[in-house]
Amino acid sequence: MIVVTLPTHLRTLAKVSNPIELQVEEPVTQAAILDALEAIYPMLRGTIRDRVTKERRPFVRFFACGEDLSHESPDSAVPSEVMAGKQPFRIIGAMAGG
Amino acid sequence: MSEVRVLVGTRKGAFVLRSNEQRKDWIVDGPHFPGWEIYHITGTPADPNRLYVSQSSGWFGQIIQRSDDAGKTWETVGNQFDYDGVPGTHQWYDGSQHPWEFKRVWHLEPSPTNPDSVYAGVEDAALFHSDDGGKTWRELSGLRDVKATLWQPGAGGMCLHTIVLSPDDPNRMFVAISAAGAFRTDAGGTTWRPINQGLNSGDELPDAAAEVGHCVHSIAMHPSRPNTLFMQKHWDVMRSDNAGELWHEVSGNLPSDFGFPIGVHAHEPDTIYVVPITSDAHHFPPDGKLRVYRSRSGGNDWEALTNGLPQRDCYVNVLRNALSVDSLDSCGVYFGTTGGQVYVSADSGDNWMPIVHDLPPVLSVEVQILP
Repeated sequence: MIVVTLPTHLRTLAKVSNPIELQVEEPVTQAAILDALEAIYPMLRGTIRDRVTKERRPFVRFFACGEDLSHESPDSAVPSEVMAGKQPFRIIGAMAGG
Repeated sequence: MSEVRVLVGTRKGAFVLRSNEQRKDWIVDGPHFPGWEIYHITGTPADPNRLYVSQSSGWFGQIIQRSDDAGKTWETVGNQFDYDGVPGTHQWYDGSQHPWEFKRVWHLEPSPTNPDSVYAGVEDAALFHSDDGGKTWRELSGLRDVKATLWQPGAGGMCLHTIVLSPDDPNRMFVAISAAGAFRTDAGGTTWRPINQGLNSGDELPDAAAEVGHCVHSIAMHPSRPNTLFMQKHWDVMRSDNAGELWHEVSGNLPSDFGFPIGVHAHEPDTIYVVPITSDAHHFPPDGKLRVYRSRSGGNDWEALTNGLPQRDCYVNVLRNALSVDSLDSCGVYFGTTGGQVYVSADSGDNWMPIVHDLPPVLSVEVQILP
């Protein structure tokens, strides 16, 4: 199982509490995780990535294992510890000043 | 006794304010959707417990919420606003052409007869319609056939912020866009034409009387006179008595004719309200005095309404969707400010009181009267 954490606003929108456990078919990529997440929680479509182009929204970040994966290809494999469910795939709202 | 329900959208959530027809004691319910920008929350005339909400965020984009029980519970409905076909381009700040990009929903306008039918005005400017209660949206793309390559965003974005449905002709509606102008369809939204003749934007446009490009801030109509429209433009308060074919200025003795909202009294079609602010550079009331101006003659002759409103050191603004009226015998007038106050007058504007003082900046105010 893949473990996914959401920022507060998206937890409220999806009516869930952290963490979410997802069954994701291999190969486990960022895109595959988001596909599985949006299939179970359709209200999240469009909030993390564009509904059509699938591009990550500018102020959303993907962290895992202490690394920023936001600029990795959506089709790249996530770290093995995420695949093993030992570390969460963290979806983050970017910091904003002010 | 009737219940009064005021639906308030703010920068940080939605609030529902409840009272009876006395409109003195209020219950404040909220925030709903805390932390999200609520550009508009509105009820459907055909089913007052059906509410629609435009919820958005710079981080997470656009959400549309629907309630069928007056806000006790909410359902997330469709947020897919795909422009019809190839979106095309509009004029950009540097004069180049820029592709149309959806940003947010500014205004939701439900049908007066069918609670599942609702229009959405969006940024970048376009009009969408849903006939399934907000689950799916379809663009009425004929609007962008009207010289849309010449439209360009103002400082607040290129938004379709006003939708007025004709009460006597289901095929007619009016929309307004910043900074493109006013438009009318007589064909149910399939074809449109600009209705900007008579507007003068000499300080903003190289051609003061251009067919499109005017920065219309809001339009209001009384349902008993569907051919009479009132407009608050960037500068100038305007009136048309032929459904927008020709406008004439009715700013008269206003201290400033710059402002955002305009409203019409529920029972007196010639009584209209504006909230002047100083200028395009100074978005706050003249002299630090918050004054609603009322004309009982459809414009030109205006009186300041000040009882109960701050008359010193007040530097808030009232945004275009943040003024509304109710339909009680003694017409109520409501407005919200960028300082987070929501004011009510239960006597057509003669006397005012704050319902709440300290909400986040108010983006929209709508009123429902429940039997």
